[in-house]
Amino acid sequence: MSGQLPFHLGVTLLRLVVSFTIAMLLGCAIGIVLGRSKKLDAFFDNWLVIFLNIPALVTIILCYVWFGLVESAAILAVVINKLPNVIVTIREGTRALDQDLLEMARCYRFSKRKTLVHVIWPQLHPFVMGATRSGLALIWKIILVVELLGRSNGMGYQLHLFFQLFDVASILAYTIAFVAVIQLIELLVLKPLDKKALRWRR
Amino acid sequence: MTDIQININNKTYPTATKPSIADLKLSLNSNEFICLVGPSGCGKTTLLNIIAGLDNDYDGGILVGQQHTHPKIGYIFQNPRLLPWRTVRENIELALDDNQSPEVIDTLLEVMQLTQAQHVYPERLSLGMSRRVAIIRAFAVDPEVLLMDEPFVSLDAPTARQVRELLLKLWQQRPHTVLFVTHDLREAIALADRLVFLSASPMRVISEIAVPIARSERHSELAVESFRQQLLKNHPEIKQLL
Repeated sequence: MSGQLPFHLGVTLLRLVVSFTIAMLLGCAIGIVLGRSKKLDAFFDNWLVIFLNIPALVTIILCYVWFGLVESAAILAVVINKLPNVIVTIREGTRALDQDLLEMARCYRFSKRKTLVHVIWPQLHPFVMGATRSGLALIWKIILVVELLGRSNGMGYQLHLFFQLFDVASILAYTIAFVAVIQLIELLVLKPLDKKALRWRR
Repeated sequence: MTDIQININNKTYPTATKPSIADLKLSLNSNEFICLVGPSGCGKTTLLNIIAGLDNDYDGGILVGQQHTHPKIGYIFQNPRLLPWRTVRENIELALDDNQSPEVIDTLLEVMQLTQAQHVYPERLSLGMSRRVAIIRAFAVDPEVLLMDEPFVSLDAPTARQVRELLLKLWQQRPHTVLFVTHDLREAIALADRLVFLSASPMRVISEIAVPIARSERHSELAVESFRQQLLKNHPEIKQLL
């Protein structure tokens, strides 16, 4: 090992964080809007199904062809792949919101912000966590393909190199390193978030 | 406090063939405790939702003083409808306006004997306690009308009695105009200044009867029962509603 692992792992993690954040923020916003508005939902429903089913490889290649082999094209490709999943999950969550509590909020004249923070968001929490967990898993797999096809750093690029050298040991080393990092995220970020958000449960 | 006029010419649900409410007129005097009595399913909750502004699909209007507007309301629903992820105190604070002082909460918690439980999450409360929190929340916003939709249903008799007495105590300390829905005539007599009897489909006012029993004698079951007997004898038209 030449000390390259931390660098490439870091590059991949950075891409993961950026594309994950964009996909989650956009996905939650769109998901809530679609869950609350029947008209918009009816209009976008078909599009959602289409985007859900476009192969990751297709969007990646198209992004590179249309926008060039640049970082923003790579991130965009990942976001496009993840976004429909987040939207669908959050939309289902929004549809399942407790109408009684929303009525209560209207009666007591909660502002939009108050309703979102105190009534809607806590109910969406399990759905957001679901989207986060499946999202992390999905995104890092897509990122590797993105890197393999059009980047000159990151884990995907390295794995491609090791493949040509038949260097199985290095491939496994990178895999183990990444799985360890994901475990750490689960343990240090997601679990404590769950614990804090669900402290009201018996 | 201003008087409130409720006037509903027609309320028909989109899928229904005949109206749920027709030609219903009701005037509420300041700080009056009114009990709406009627058979279950006659549209009492619909009426409360219209007054609360939750249902705007009707023909008619609500006058607060001289103005067409929705009164500021406190609503005690059949279920307490507390946010399970906020503590008792947070649940009450959230209902307050931004410029309202939270000190009122301390007083109300004390009257309702919930000071000890203020930092507890609602899932740990008994149903009777949750109901009391909902009552505090409704009083805390200092509403023009307090709407109560059978708030003591599904409580056991002693708990219901305790919560009812606490409610009356609170109401006497802080008088508000109250619309209280029930189908229990004894409960209505024990609470109301005026009884309003409603018929089913479409809902109309059948008769309005003042309850002359002094507040100090309301806790006596004998006084309530004798008034009930007298009422049923003198007003045979309300028998079918009970």
